[in-house]
Amino acid sequence: MFKGKKVLCIGERDGIPGPSIEKVVESAGGEPVLSVTQCFV
Amino acid sequence: MGYPVVRGVAYVLAHVPDLVRYGSKPEREIPKNPDLLSEIQDHLRDFSEARNYPPHQVFIGNMKPEELWEREQPWYENLISGAPRFGEWGEIYTEKEFYGWLKVADEFDLIYLTEEAAEEIETILSEHHLARPEHLEKLGDGVSRERVKELISGGALALEAEGELMGCIVDGHDEDENLTADILLENLSTKASGFLAVEKLMENIDLEREDIAFVINSGEEGVGDRYQRGAGNLAKAIAEMNGLSSSTGADVKAFCCAPMHASIVAGSLIESGVFDNVILVGGGSLAKLGMKMQGHLSKDMPIMEDVLAGNAFLFSKDDEVNPQIRLDTIGKHDVAMASSQQAIYSALVDKPLQKVGLTIFDVDKYSSELHNPEITVPAGSGNVPHNNYRMIGSFAVKHGLMEADELDEFEKEYGMPGFSPTQGHIPSALPFLGFARDRILKGEMKRTFFLGKGSLFLAKMSNISDGMSFILEANSASSSQD
Repeated sequence: MFKGKKVLCIGERDGIPGPSIEKVVESAGGEPVLSVTQCFV
Repeated sequence: MGYPVVRGVAYVLAHVPDLVRYGSKPEREIPKNPDLLSEIQDHLRDFSEARNYPPHQVFIGNMKPEELWEREQPWYENLISGAPRFGEWGEIYTEKEFYGWLKVADEFDLIYLTEEAAEEIETILSEHHLARPEHLEKLGDGVSRERVKELISGGALALEAEGELMGCIVDGHDEDENLTADILLENLSTKASGFLAVEKLMENIDLEREDIAFVINSGEEGVGDRYQRGAGNLAKAIAEMNGLSSSTGADVKAFCCAPMHASIVAGSLIESGVFDNVILVGGGSLAKLGMKMQGHLSKDMPIMEDVLAGNAFLFSKDDEVNPQIRLDTIGKHDVAMASSQQAIYSALVDKPLQKVGLTIFDVDKYSSELHNPEITVPAGSGNVPHNNYRMIGSFAVKHGLMEADELDEFEKEYGMPGFSPTQGHIPSALPFLGFARDRILKGEMKRTFFLGKGSLFLAKMSNISDGMSFILEANSASSSQD
């Protein structure tokens, strides 16, 4: 589903961090164009 | 002689609704929307609503955290009628009192009170047992209202309370963006609330001020000027204000989990024999006032982030009575570790327990980030403690110690609802330290696990996460007598 697509990877401190999402997107053929981890507290 | 002990605790809140506008989020949003300031002001709580708010009563020790589960929600609509401002180990201060303490904390004539406010605050503080003559003297006589208005029109920040102009705070330097009025207000707020927490701690312990050798500040403020932004040592400034004349200090910075790092540093300084008594202090975060206000306003509920919080703890050499911090099994998130939640919890919970042959169920309570869900859920930030307990419980499931459908029961037995204001480092595990110490001393609990996580990545210096943990346990001397 990510093949050939540009992806914004927005992670969360208490959930899945941005770099982890980035790796998954890359392995699924996507192109991460932004990868950040947010803290909502 | 065994591991260091936690000999005393203190927790304070200052209800400062008129400072909400100077929180980071409101300060950024108000200029974009001319109606926002009045909307904020229409959604602020008065002092009795803040004092009677159940999570605040838990924070100062008057109610058990677990009692919140039994109370009808929303808690802000189901207040405790006539709740006291004084707690088992804390106190809630009014805004006018807090302005007085801000002025006392100000060594550089940054805060100007009006003549009327100076007189009123002197009367209020003189009736409070904390205020000593030297404090009242520092309030001064104030300046004319016209002078304060003149300073505000020149860029000073207004300090108001109950619709009255009380004074203002001015820049500390003509060109230094690290010494602007808003940053100095932030830093003085941390200093004053940290001072109040240490004063309360001194009331709660059986030591003289001269007995304190070292103070560690674990707050999230960044004190410094253009050449050393964040250089800090607010710890020593707070120690000075508290009259801890035989003490020096330093800050331990590690984002919101700094209290975990600082507890372990404090314990280590005592264990190594460097000091006998170390105070750990954290003052309030002005920047986080009104942080979730948009979520609260959208649901027409009060703006819940209207208090500055402070805490202080005394770590001492083993007295064979108080609960001990086990320095033989500290949890830490190493650089090489992954930042996934599984990796973090494995490092902070699973490994330290395994190291000393304990299972998840050998701990009576787990205290993680204790953010009040009534603040975070309406803003879409989730129920942080609830999510943490599911992660901790999942390790028991993974080890075959319980079934996945028992996670809710696990949370009830080994966890607690969040009750801390979202003041950065303040919610990080230690809000339960007072209850843990009390229950362990009474023999109701044997062991509590404290863990905190930090958002290291927010400073744009690294993408990795952070966290540390420790176990507090009944004193080995008292356990061996049982």
